[in-house]
Amino acid sequence: MAVDGSVERLRREGRIVVVGASLAGLRAAETLREEGFTGTLTMIGDEPYEPYDRPPLSKQVLLGRVPADHTALPRRRAIEAQWRLGVAAAGLDPTAKRVALANGTSVEYDRLLIATGVRSRPWPNELEAGLDGVFVLRTMDDATRLRHRLKAGPSRVLVIGAGFTGSEIASVCRERDLPVTVAERGPTPLSGALGSVIGDVAAQLHHQHGVDLRCGVMVTGLEGDGAGRLRRAHFSDGGTLDAEVAVVALGATRNTEWLAGSGLAAGPRGIACDAGCRAFDVRGIVTDDVFVAGDVARSPHPLFGYQFLSLEHWGNAVAQAEVAAHNMICPGEERRPHLWTPYFWSAQFGVNIKSVGVPNMADQIIVSQGSLGEHRFTAAYGYQGRVIAAVTFDQAKWLEFYQRQIEQAAPFPPPFTTVDRRTEGMRPVPAGFPDPSVPTHGPQVTVSGHSPTDQRVTFTPA
Amino acid sequence: MRVVVDLNRCQGYAQCAFLAPDVFAMHGEEALLYDGQPDDTRRLDVLRAEAACPVKAITVEGAGATWAAEGAGVSDGG
Repeated sequence: MAVDGSVERLRREGRIVVVGASLAGLRAAETLREEGFTGTLTMIGDEPYEPYDRPPLSKQVLLGRVPADHTALPRRRAIEAQWRLGVAAAGLDPTAKRVALANGTSVEYDRLLIATGVRSRPWPNELEAGLDGVFVLRTMDDATRLRHRLKAGPSRVLVIGAGFTGSEIASVCRERDLPVTVAERGPTPLSGALGSVIGDVAAQLHHQHGVDLRCGVMVTGLEGDGAGRLRRAHFSDGGTLDAEVAVVALGATRNTEWLAGSGLAAGPRGIACDAGCRAFDVRGIVTDDVFVAGDVARSPHPLFGYQFLSLEHWGNAVAQAEVAAHNMICPGEERRPHLWTPYFWSAQFGVNIKSVGVPNMADQIIVSQGSLGEHRFTAAYGYQGRVIAAVTFDQAKWLEFYQRQIEQAAPFPPPFTTVDRRTEGMRPVPAGFPDPSVPTHGPQVTVSGHSPTDQRVTFTPA
Repeated sequence: MRVVVDLNRCQGYAQCAFLAPDVFAMHGEEALLYDGQPDDTRRLDVLRAEAACPVKAITVEGAGATWAAEGAGVSDGG
């Protein structure tokens, strides 16, 4: 029974389907019940586990402090859902309002929330990716396997990619006293996210803790022995390295393939949605019954020029899920925008790294408190004369202050004098991000047709 | 019982690490590591830690009761 038209009736007896049973999906479900939704709630997840927390996987789980299955998320309340776990969504028919599942069944909805998140980008060569000893780290199963292998004491671990996950894994390896090499294509670790000024500090942390860090180099191939076990890696500079374990930490891919042909604006960079979490269709027209939240969503943020941001941030998943759930069961005038200020953390080499705002939009950086050399500082990022982000290394208490600076578009460089014991003056310097004028993506959407009535918008590749 | 800490909120005050040291531990100056599923015998300590957190970053679930109340519940699919 469809319940179009009446929000009251939807709240009472509607059918809501949540695809994606992780942090965003769970918090959305809790919010729906919290706000009085009493209809049927179906939770679909491709992993066989109830929702669990991922950040601990690359830290306390790999360190061996807690088992991987100790990260199931606490419930804020009972959600009385029908769980379909261990089965992936395979397709969406938005006209019939039906989600097809990989096991051949389907589920109908009045409102749909898509929270399918991301998965780790695999090693591109399938044969090499299949070698025993080659890992990725995204899921609880990944963490269990990798933890087991690290415990066995491999002769050397190779981490491919020095973003946050790669750096955290390298840090864990050193803490477990395992020899580790990190290969990073960029000039420093974390340079894509934080720029090379801060990246240089990250590189010092690697060196100080005995990581064999190799920047400006790519891994060109992984070589196995006769039994299919990883033995050696080859680098773009012609070098080789013997390693028993390689962890591929090359970022993530959004789980949108199942939406191919659905007509939604879903592609490799996520699913476009408005600030109210409503999905756009491929023509750029907003839907009213399909909502998006979490890592898979791309939504415009007024603070950042209405740019469509997709954030793989824990806090964003929670906040966006709450807004999406609220808007799903509210009439237009009661809906809320998702105006969350991006916030994330990482812990590596015993240092607490936190960030607020969007550092990689910045052109300049200034160390406003502490010093880079002490690895304890606050850096503000500027974009066209305003504060757009801040990063702290072991100075997290300052971040909230900078969050307000960002939200109020405070001038950059900051005009205030901070209480600080440094004697050298403060001076902004280029932040050291990769040149944005060099394209890294081809066109994704093409428009065809000769007359306006005939116009088609197509994703490329589909 | 289940615990999660919102590490965006956490500012390393370390109250939890003092009150429930076998569940929460500082790693370096400011970073926090914790066991998301401590033994039920630690319940009182964990609740004290939750109450003491100056930024209210700790969420504790009632000793598994909510999940259990939903029935075995997990999965009819796959």
